[in-house]
Amino acid sequence: MIKLLAKRSSSAILVLLGVTIIVFFLVQLVPGDPARAILGNGATDQAVQSLRQQLGLNDPLVAQYMHYLGGLLTGDLGNSVNLGKPVADVIVPRLGNTLILTVAALVISVGLGVPLGLIAARYQYSIFDRLAMALSLAGASLPVYWAALAAIAVFSLALNWFPTGGMYNARMPGGTPDLLNHLILPATIAALVPLAVIARLTRSVVIDTLNQDYIRVLRASGVSEKSILWKHAGRNVLPPVVGIVGLQVGYLLGGVIFVEVVFHWPGLGQQLYTSITAHDLPIIQAGILFIALMFVVINLLTDLAVAFLDPRGEVAS
Amino acid sequence: MTDMLLEIKNLKTHFHTDGGIVKAVDGVDLEIPRGGILGVVGESGSGKSVTGLSVMGLLGSRRARNAGGQILFKGRDLLTFNDRQLQKLRGSEIGMVFQGALSGLDPSFSVGSQLMEVIRRHQKVNATQARKIAMESLELVAMPDPERKIRSLPHELSGGQRQRVLIAMALSCNPELLIADEPTTALDATVQKQIVDLLVDINRARGTAILMVTHDFGVVARMCRTVAVMRYGKVVEKGTVQEVLENPQHPYTQALMNAVPRLHLTAAERAVPRPERRLFELTKNLPATPVQREEAYAPL
Repeated sequence: MIKLLAKRSSSAILVLLGVTIIVFFLVQLVPGDPARAILGNGATDQAVQSLRQQLGLNDPLVAQYMHYLGGLLTGDLGNSVNLGKPVADVIVPRLGNTLILTVAALVISVGLGVPLGLIAARYQYSIFDRLAMALSLAGASLPVYWAALAAIAVFSLALNWFPTGGMYNARMPGGTPDLLNHLILPATIAALVPLAVIARLTRSVVIDTLNQDYIRVLRASGVSEKSILWKHAGRNVLPPVVGIVGLQVGYLLGGVIFVEVVFHWPGLGQQLYTSITAHDLPIIQAGILFIALMFVVINLLTDLAVAFLDPRGEVAS
Repeated sequence: MTDMLLEIKNLKTHFHTDGGIVKAVDGVDLEIPRGGILGVVGESGSGKSVTGLSVMGLLGSRRARNAGGQILFKGRDLLTFNDRQLQKLRGSEIGMVFQGALSGLDPSFSVGSQLMEVIRRHQKVNATQARKIAMESLELVAMPDPERKIRSLPHELSGGQRQRVLIAMALSCNPELLIADEPTTALDATVQKQIVDLLVDINRARGTAILMVTHDFGVVARMCRTVAVMRYGKVVEKGTVQEVLENPQHPYTQALMNAVPRLHLTAAERAVPRPERRLFELTKNLPATPVQREEAYAPL
């Protein structure tokens, strides 16, 4: 287990290093001069040049990258070009808001997806199974931004059940109940695709497990269907289902960007969206890096959890 | 009422597939007396396994239909039992051992925990007593070092040991009938012999009747008293082992027995690869040097 931890952690660090390189050079490819973006179109060439000098934009790329990496290691993410604040001060609270949304969406997708898949597998080819699988196929195929707009049109504008966006009521913020009220719609929309994928994959994993030889032996021994489904099948589908859920968390982190933009959720995704339009490179870099970091950490945790849950204590590597 | 433990009368089990009805078992009559051992032999797809599964009510598939007949176990027709009654019967009155011993145990639970779950399902005992019964069943199947093995996870046991656990599980509640569906298939030859001997010992010691489904005439000769040969869902020949093995009447039985690879061949027979050996049987009294044999085959 410790050996596995060391092996996976070191590869995770390598992946993150790779991400910093890609993020750094990708941003170089974005058209537009950040110095000019800051100073506006009326600025003289001389002013732009001196700002470029000041921001280090005239240094060779490798030197810029080393400088950037050094900053990262000391916790200095640089300053936002537009907001005039340290990037960390902008990103960290946004990150917290994104996590609230992600966790809520995860709870919904796991809480509904896993039982849905289990029941569909238990009653394979029943009406419930076919209906659940057809709906989840539809759910997995809907573009998130379209579903979000449709949900606002129906549940906020027509039925007036939920607010159209934001995180708190701006006029009279109401604490946790107010937060939940604002959370339900975006979290549900963000959960749609992972929920569908989790339900479908759980179903196939459970069906596969229920066809195993040992399930037949248990049936032949008179063990009850309840124990077979919940104890024996349940325990054996745990490692693959945890693996599936782990992968979906990564997908969710990407998916919430759309949801945040449509619902004006003050999270990392929305910040990234505004920063990209404003050419605010340090924030874009930090945002992508944080998303990658979460992705890598979640994958690492998933791998460890799956290894821990495997009765043989082995990992298919 | 006869003193038969199990009487299968004109059993028909059909599968309704997209390609039409498959009559896997089509009018089978079999009977096992108390304490008897019946061998059911046949090639793959002859319906021998489906017969065993029909007795257990374990066909499972939505496509399987009973199309007639009776399965009388101690005079009660099992085909009229509901799911609950069958569940109670399985493991307590009829035990079953399958082929594929390697994957027959739940990999996530210890041997002991699985044995005890079955024991406590059928007997009103507490955990300590169940553990004691589990230990006794492991000893019954001659499991080496049962004290340690009862705590083992299945992947820590060898294939033969896993099959022993499965037999222990099937016997833990002292059933009167054991259905063994090719229990030796995935095992090494030496382990196969051990398992067959074990089943015979259990039959003698406990009087457990055994329905032995196999495609191996060696196994039949070693352990069974009566044998039924199945083909295409029907019993083509039935009788005592001596009658059938020494003087097979049905051509299919003869062909089946000819297909058994033999250990002791004459030098001439050994020179011919197995697929050609039947051909060779026809030319047995011809000279066996390669050139001459080629000539001998030519007219064929």
